[in-house]
Amino acid sequence: MNLALVLIALLTLASAGVALARPNLIHSALLLIASWMGIAAFYLWAGAEFIAFAQVLVYVGAVSMVVLFAVLLTRRSRADLAVGPASAGRAAGALLAGGAVLAVLAHAVIATPLTAAPGGPRSVTVRELGLELLGPHAAALLAVGLILTLALLGAVLLAAGERREPEEPRP
Amino acid sequence: MNPLTICLLFSGALFAVGLVGALARSNAILVLLGIELMLNAANLNLIAFWRFGPAAAPATGVIFAIFGIAVAAAEAAVGLALAIAIHRHRGSLRLEEATRLKG
Repeated sequence: MNLALVLIALLTLASAGVALARPNLIHSALLLIASWMGIAAFYLWAGAEFIAFAQVLVYVGAVSMVVLFAVLLTRRSRADLAVGPASAGRAAGALLAGGAVLAVLAHAVIATPLTAAPGGPRSVTVRELGLELLGPHAAALLAVGLILTLALLGAVLLAAGERREPEEPRP
Repeated sequence: MNPLTICLLFSGALFAVGLVGALARSNAILVLLGIELMLNAANLNLIAFWRFGPAAAPATGVIFAIFGIAVAAAEAAVGLALAIAIHRHRGSLRLEEATRLKG
């Protein structure tokens, strides 16, 4: 049981790490899709099927496409796709900060006496989930719907930009 | 090893990878992807505690994760729209060159 978890974790971490180290933006986006698939596999392993499929739909399906579109819309030439790393000093500083955060987190996790709850795998059916969401959490669901609507409207406004008047009539 | 410990180490490592990516790269899209990875790591924690933690209501962690994913999706849409807007004004996505809000 733990072997599958370790395997999923290693694959996800490896693809995420390689994705953020590659100079080519398209490679990064495609490798991150693999990483998000790994996270969905973790959700399936943990018994949260609904979240796993939501992850596949939202990240693998939607966010990755938006990222690819953004990459393709913002490039001028083929050379634009290859984004070299920032300065070496900055990379070293980032690695130092990330390593420090990882060390603190890992020490806290290992030092805490955690006990996995006994009992078999827990699972929740979609029906229970829907009743929970529309019953006690209905207000939060409405708020999330409002946030999503406003965010998408704002995104359209930001990305559309101002209409520019043509400076001279085309011949 | 306790599976809960492995889950938490996994999410901590994923968070660190996202943090390094967000800090080290200067391309706006890559920084955004690093932030997305950090949000995913937070969701992993919620699911891990739901699965292995003491029994609360049956669906608590899943509902937290649903809201987390929804907010992350909104953040991705707005972030990428900002990246496109920066590119239109500046002609480049390098964050060092985006030093003014009004282009």
